[in-house]
Amino acid sequence: MNKAVSVIKSVVRFYTDGFQNMPGWGRKVWIVILIKLFIIFVVLKIFFFPDILKKGFRSDSERSTYMRDQLININSK
Amino acid sequence: MTEYIDLSLIDWSRAQFALTAIYHWLFVPLTLGLSFIVAMLETLYVRTGNEEWKKITKFWMTLFGINFAIGVATGIILEFEFGTNWSGYSWFVGDIFGAPLAVEGILAFFIESTFVAVMFFGWNKVSRKFHLASTWLVAIGANLSALWILVANSWMENPTGMIFNPETARNEMQSFWAVLFNPVAIDKFLHTISSGFVLASMFVAGISAWFLLKKREEAFARKSILVAGIFGLLSSVLVAITGDSSARTISKIEPVKFASFEAMYKGRTNAPLAAFGVLRKSGEKIGTKNANEFVFSIELPELLSVMTSGSKDAYVPGLLDHVNGNPDKGIISTAEKIERGKVANQALQDYRKAKESNDQKKLTELRTKFQDRDFRDNYFKYFGYAFLTAPEQVIPDVHGAFYSFHMMVILGFLIILVFAVAVIFLFTDKLQKNRWFLRVMVISIALPYLASVLGWILTEMGRQPWIIQNLMPVNIAVSHISSGAVQTTFWLFAVLFTALLVAEVSIMLKQIKTGPKH
Repeated sequence: MNKAVSVIKSVVRFYTDGFQNMPGWGRKVWIVILIKLFIIFVVLKIFFFPDILKKGFRSDSERSTYMRDQLININSK
Repeated sequence: MTEYIDLSLIDWSRAQFALTAIYHWLFVPLTLGLSFIVAMLETLYVRTGNEEWKKITKFWMTLFGINFAIGVATGIILEFEFGTNWSGYSWFVGDIFGAPLAVEGILAFFIESTFVAVMFFGWNKVSRKFHLASTWLVAIGANLSALWILVANSWMENPTGMIFNPETARNEMQSFWAVLFNPVAIDKFLHTISSGFVLASMFVAGISAWFLLKKREEAFARKSILVAGIFGLLSSVLVAITGDSSARTISKIEPVKFASFEAMYKGRTNAPLAAFGVLRKSGEKIGTKNANEFVFSIELPELLSVMTSGSKDAYVPGLLDHVNGNPDKGIISTAEKIERGKVANQALQDYRKAKESNDQKKLTELRTKFQDRDFRDNYFKYFGYAFLTAPEQVIPDVHGAFYSFHMMVILGFLIILVFAVAVIFLFTDKLQKNRWFLRVMVISIALPYLASVLGWILTEMGRQPWIIQNLMPVNIAVSHISSGAVQTTFWLFAVLFTALLVAEVSIMLKQIKTGPKH
């Protein structure tokens, strides 16, 4: 148990030391990453990219029926 | 066929996906190749104990880190687009995409993210050998991640290892190994990762040449060019070999694409390979589409026959063979494929009727039919053709396919030449004396980027009208959303991607100017 705690502590220390001693370019890159992730997962995903099939139907059965109808509807495409 | 779907919606959806994919692809090949170069440099450091190699390793590792970080998650946007813009496609591919992408996600998370931290934070904290092992694992992990994406993409070229389930209206994986060892996937993986090695090697060699031009860090630059030059030369030859193998596979699996990128309308024996040429409209028509002819071309006699089948007497089918059929050569006409596609589609229509009338016997019978090998090989294989209204619709943009293919090949040979000259000049101690060539090396950084993007343009545009070869055309795959919304996100992405690219290039340029000593 003590050994496991010690390993976890050294892993945490490894990461915290790494981030604390990060060079200037590393900090800039992290800022860019965080901005990018915010834009992708908060702005784009929520406001611009709804999952059409997840949003419009209640079950996989409804999705299957819709898609089958789409695939069958060859004359109107 | 196009009355129901707004054409501009398809065009904007494709444009948006292309924009995102090209932007994503600016980072990926550099990660694939630079990770291996860094691993090789660090191996030299660990084996020799020479601190100069450590300095070189750390410099290129920094540029790898910037590229890796800025590129990370740009591929996620493509997944969003699948769900929003390509919902028909997303549903139809079923778990074929899900399984490889899940493996990719796990590999990327556990291998790359864990060992990337050791690469950057672990200097002087873990043993040299453990650090080196971590660097190699990042390189292997990054390239294995690419494998799964390329397996999924290859399935779109050669759908295999699955059975269509009429109940769920989607494809279900029957053989993971058939999907993994799809011949297109093997060729594509080897061709793509080797092109990544080339791109990264040129990146390293070009930046090192810039240091030599500035008369800075000359020992560092020469050592970097030594490793990148040899690795780049070997990789660029590998790209040519895997490209040849890939073209041979395409000639069998996607023969219309193959005939398009050779602009070959009439099939023939002793077929020459068009090394290059200029196309113009011939005045002839195939249905409603204009045919093309060469204004001039440089042809290598009989080489196309030899390349595709190993014999100069081999018959290479042209676009007309595929559109009109050629029974003597065992080629089915597109009209016949349309009829067979309609038979498969009728079976799906019958399934719907049976569901509506709750006819369990008929439902079982039809489910069995979709699993029957004869039905799959002779009818369902052409399922997508039911959506075509004219045979000539199977022909992609011949101009686009021809020029993107030939420009890519020409650039490939130019790249081999640049690496060969760089290595020769380096070993004969003439590199720094030929400053013109150092400038060529700097400019050449752009060449593999261009060749790589042209390769993807050929892959994706050459497959048109299909999003999944023979099974699903793009107009069936696209979601019924407003084209205005897609246009808005297209421009939003254009601004976002440009801003991110400017950020990356400026951070990277600053590090390059700072140089390895810091």
